[in-house]
Amino acid sequence: MTDPNAADSATTYTSTYSSEDPYGSTSTDDAGRIFTVGGGDWDEIVNAVDPLESERIVVNMGPQHPSTHGVLRMVLELEGETVARSRVVIGYLHTGIEKNMEFRTWTQAVTFITRCDYLAPLSNELTYCLGVERLLDIEDQIPERVKVIRVLLAELQRISSHLVWLATGGMEIGAMTMMLFGFREREHILAILEMITGLRMNHAYFRPGGVAQDLPPGAVDRIREFIPYMHAKIDEYESLLTANPIWLRRLKGVGFLDTNGCMQLGVTGPLLRASGLAWDIRKEMPYSGYENYDFDVVTESAGDCFARYLVRVNEIRQSLRIIEQAVDRLKPGPIMVADKKIAWPAQLALGGDGLGNSLDHIRHIMGQSMEALIHHFKLVTEGFRVPPGQAYVPVESPRGELGAHIVSDGGTRPYRVHLRDPSFVNLQAVPALTEGGMISDVVASVASIDPVMGGVDR
Amino acid sequence: MTDEHRDMFGASGFGDTSGFGGLAVRPTDLVSSPKPYGEWFDEATDALEQALPSFGDAVERVVVHRGELTLYVKREALVDLCRLLRDDPRLRFEQLSGVSGVDYPNDPTGRRLHAVYHLLSMTRRRRLRLEVAVADADPHVPSVTEVYPTANWHERETWDFFGIVFDGHPGLTRIEMPDDWPGHPQRKDYPLGGVPVEYKGAQIPPPDTRRSYA
Repeated sequence: MTDPNAADSATTYTSTYSSEDPYGSTSTDDAGRIFTVGGGDWDEIVNAVDPLESERIVVNMGPQHPSTHGVLRMVLELEGETVARSRVVIGYLHTGIEKNMEFRTWTQAVTFITRCDYLAPLSNELTYCLGVERLLDIEDQIPERVKVIRVLLAELQRISSHLVWLATGGMEIGAMTMMLFGFREREHILAILEMITGLRMNHAYFRPGGVAQDLPPGAVDRIREFIPYMHAKIDEYESLLTANPIWLRRLKGVGFLDTNGCMQLGVTGPLLRASGLAWDIRKEMPYSGYENYDFDVVTESAGDCFARYLVRVNEIRQSLRIIEQAVDRLKPGPIMVADKKIAWPAQLALGGDGLGNSLDHIRHIMGQSMEALIHHFKLVTEGFRVPPGQAYVPVESPRGELGAHIVSDGGTRPYRVHLRDPSFVNLQAVPALTEGGMISDVVASVASIDPVMGGVDR
Repeated sequence: MTDEHRDMFGASGFGDTSGFGGLAVRPTDLVSSPKPYGEWFDEATDALEQALPSFGDAVERVVVHRGELTLYVKREALVDLCRLLRDDPRLRFEQLSGVSGVDYPNDPTGRRLHAVYHLLSMTRRRRLRLEVAVADADPHVPSVTEVYPTANWHERETWDFFGIVFDGHPGLTRIEMPDDWPGHPQRKDYPLGGVPVEYKGAQIPPPDTRRSYA
């Protein structure tokens, strides 16, 4: 609703400061009239603006708008309903994860980096662990089972991330059913991940040198059951959306970005593949054994929101293919490097009381070997040393190139970790996607980028 | 490279858990890796040397470590070098993956602030790292936004966290921290926590100095 005081003094700003709300803005800039809108009729706002005096109005969208994926803020300059200029403001979710990691051991830092891009926590962990392993020079000592488990979980994660994108993106342009479907299927994946890692999100499951625990009994069967279930569900989504006239008219030709634009803006992931370039790090610069899997890089050539939808849906199918192969490749074996100076000595197992512990190991360190106790204590509290140097091993996250630049000074804690998050980079494309289009298409365009603010702001 | 080693959460007076066991670390000698570098590194650096007559002046060191190539570049040559790396058909580093900063307070050359650029060649499936070092008293690096427009936000972030000024950037403002934030939080001498935060006009003291209810 417009401020009633504003109507009287047509050329002055209105302040939201009052004695009841001392925290209201008291800015006295000359930006023109300020309308504070909380619902209501758009026409009322537009009619309150004298078209001769000001043809453009500036609308602040976010940072707490439900269709901005968290705390993204956009400043839109509108001519009628056409977006003349759009600018993105970020930083509302900055939590200093990178700084915090410098104060934890190399193993503990996984617990932090997993919280960056919260829809793909395992990708964050994977790029970090691969970087630390490169600095430790143990890349070729990683057991086969670890590589397969990492691929398996990363692909499950990719499906769950794409499902959230489909669900929230669908909801934002009115496909409410898709929202319910997407979150319903994601719940199955989260249950599998919880069974394996103990947590639905923010797993901290990958460790430098391996993974935290072995797969529990029954996990593989559950994944096998999930594959045909998910295949059927994707067909259901496609029958719901791919020929849906509303879906088509909201997405086709909207938010166009070609390959050239993607390259200039550093855009990677589904956006780049939807513009026609088959660039997938899993295929082009394989890590964690991806070169051994048979899968296709999905591309589309239209470069619009609909092409991105097709790319993501078909990527779910390809991920299922990889999961199928990974499950077959799982062979019993160690889940940590053999180096006792890196691998934690105990393998925790779930006890009858529901708590993890390793009674054999406790018997060993408490009753038999003082040295083993000291070694355990030093490794867990102080951590292992990583030789000085820097490494950058990016992975293909659901959103594009995700890489951790890791610097070590030779100590037990990271000297510096910088996460190159694809959401952060891809958001730079918002002006290119939205300017000149309609304000209603802004929502579809931003949704097609699939930004996750936890990763953007870190 | 680091200064003093402290305990886990920046506290002092307890045992040293940094892994150095109280030892002082001598600054390392800054040396280039010996030729041949191996893999594709020789081919790429030779191509760059041919294309850039002032290669010897522009590139201070070439380091190959753990299969990654790093060129330590003088800031004056950065933009020209990037343009060559992007356009030369033998190099073709089309994309800038990111810019990150690192703070080395005890850098032996006195240039503590490092800007690190990761370049990607999709044509040849190669990655390359450029590193530029500047002193705190003169923290200026030319912006590469005209070569790689994607550097825009990355450079803003590096300015925000490290205080490196990117000359020629179209709008170098803070991106993650509030606009009026004092200091550059990712520097090594900036504490973790312990900073009062202004929220809606009121000062919220850091947790360790708040009133105790014990």
